Amino acid sequence: MARNFKPSIVSANDLHIGDVVYMNSGGGWTRKLAEAAIAHTAEEGETLMARAAPQQAKVVGPYLADVALDDDGRPFPTHFRERFRTRGPSTRPDLGKQSANPERREPLAASGGI
Amino acid sequence: MYRYDEFDHDYVRARVSEFRDQTQRRIDGALTEDEYKPLRLQNGLYLQLHAYMLRVAIPYGTLNSRQMRTLAMIAERWDEGYGHFTTRQNIQYNWTRLTDVGDILDALADVEMHAIQTSGNCIRNVTADHFAGAAADEIEDPRPTAELIRQWSTAHPEFAFLPRKFKVAVTGSPNDRAVTKAHDIGLRMLRNAAGEAGYEVIVGGGLGRTPMIGKVIRDFLPKDDLLPYLEAILRVYNLHGRRDNKYKARIKILVHETGIEDMRAQVEAEFERQMHEEGGPLVAPDPVQVARIESYFAPPAFEVLPDRSETLEVAMANDAALKTWVENNTSDHRASGHAIVTVAIKGTGEAPGDATTAQMRVLATLGERYSHDELRISHEQNVILPHVRKDDLPAIFSALRKAGLASANAGLITDIIACPGLDYCALATARSIPVAQDLSRRFAAPERAAAIGNFTIKISGCINACGHHHVGHVGILGLEKSGIENYQITLGGDHTETMAVGERAGPGISAEEVGPAIERLVDAYLDTRVDETERFIDTYRRIGAEPFRQALYAA
Repeated sequence: MARNFKPSIVSANDLHIGDVVYMNSGGGWTRKLAEAAIAHTAEEGETLMARAAPQQAKVVGPYLADVALDDDGRPFPTHFRERFRTRGPSTRPDLGKQSANPERREPLAASGGI
Repeated sequence: MYRYDEFDHDYVRARVSEFRDQTQRRIDGALTEDEYKPLRLQNGLYLQLHAYMLRVAIPYGTLNSRQMRTLAMIAERWDEGYGHFTTRQNIQYNWTRLTDVGDILDALADVEMHAIQTSGNCIRNVTADHFAGAAADEIEDPRPTAELIRQWSTAHPEFAFLPRKFKVAVTGSPNDRAVTKAHDIGLRMLRNAAGEAGYEVIVGGGLGRTPMIGKVIRDFLPKDDLLPYLEAILRVYNLHGRRDNKYKARIKILVHETGIEDMRAQVEAEFERQMHEEGGPLVAPDPVQVARIESYFAPPAFEVLPDRSETLEVAMANDAALKTWVENNTSDHRASGHAIVTVAIKGTGEAPGDATTAQMRVLATLGERYSHDELRISHEQNVILPHVRKDDLPAIFSALRKAGLASANAGLITDIIACPGLDYCALATARSIPVAQDLSRRFAAPERAAAIGNFTIKISGCINACGHHHVGHVGILGLEKSGIENYQITLGGDHTETMAVGERAGPGISAEEVGPAIERLVDAYLDTRVDETERFIDTYRRIGAEPFRQALYAA
């Protein structure tokens, strides 16, 4: 099993606005996939999920998502669904993370972080 | 239009207050997501891919200008400046903040609207013919029936936790514009030999992963017996519908597995039991209340006008675009000198059903000024001005043109239905909107669209079929195959009274291939039809799927 584990990150939605967030290495949450903590083994994945589970007052529905790593070790999505989640609607480049000001919808608890 | 009474007002305000409190407790951490989720869903709040989505009920698709302005205000103040009109005649806001929901629901309550029962395993918002009360072919206005069902089903304690969601549609016309045969219950108003009004009751229709055409369970149901009969159907379903498997939980599966004869026997037995209860059936509506409801749907005072409008004829003679729009986007009205206008929310390259704040306000003004303060949302994701003087059509067209709403494509190949798909929806397996946009650009030339004639394309981004793909002349279903978006094409579907479920044409194709494949199919149709009066669906029924399969897969 362990041999088949793919690098993974924990993703969820911000409780207040539903924005896509990722768990960072400090156990908090970031809007940017590039800042996500990466699990390289199943055990590391379980550890990340265990840190996410008690954070229900901050996020909704945490789950492990596969990622690939670029030459610098930064994660990028392997599935098109996750790719859309890193951007926003493909038909509305003015909305979501891909927009010019993705933080204008606020939370990530209005920017003190969560 | 229906007006809330004191009970309605108090009930909706109480629900807003209750949900505001529940939401605050979720934010404070007193409620877990598992505890909160069923509560938010019962109030129309979903969590989608990028944000929360609020689905607002527009009962039987009818609203007034004040309500439309409030929908625009909500989009502007609390969302991203647009709303999405759905195939269930509702509106969805795609960028709702949890902390704003209470305020949004209060704003809706101000204009007698809400989001109750737009989700969950309950009786959902009742839908109806979007031409109700206006159509020339109508036997009776279906909206008093739809409103009666809304009142009966709202917060009905026995049916709050059904095996699965439950949808009811009502039409008052023999030409079925309400897709009644694809609903859990479809009601078609008719008159018996004695001239009495009643319903043909259809049960067990539905789309989704197992499409079924509804079956007639009662040929003629007297109007007074409606609620006891609906209660009987729901009771049989509530008792025997499968709760062990959500994919087999809809009433269509129960009807299919039980058989319509046995199902009818069970429903009739329960109906008879209710009718012979001491003091009569519990759900028999009070005639005073029925009369009150009906009074709200009394037709407006239409001016007595000659059917031919010289003003319009002259304007059309000088404006070919107006003439085309009138030909395609107006329908026969019951009152002489009037017309029903379909405002196509289907601009070239735009997302079907998406209307901006500014467009909603223009529509509100037009409804107020020209349509007796009434608007409708159609299941085809268009907005209807139901009661318009033909004399006013040039002015309406001019205003729509300025607002980018003058697409003259109602019923044509670019009048595409599409669900939000994977651009928004957490359930979707592929995108729908970009496919619709591509097709709308390919067939944008008015001459070509006119030559093709009536042609329905319906697109769903997953097997749940919110885009009604099974009943499109051409249906497009977005799926995932080996990590990429893949689209299955179905042919020969029909959403009308001659309903048919489309047949799968063959293997799925890539997103890039969909547009060229549909163009080849359309070319094959144009080459094959007997003449321009033979619609695609007629040609399909005459010659079968094979020539179209060959065209689709010719590349």
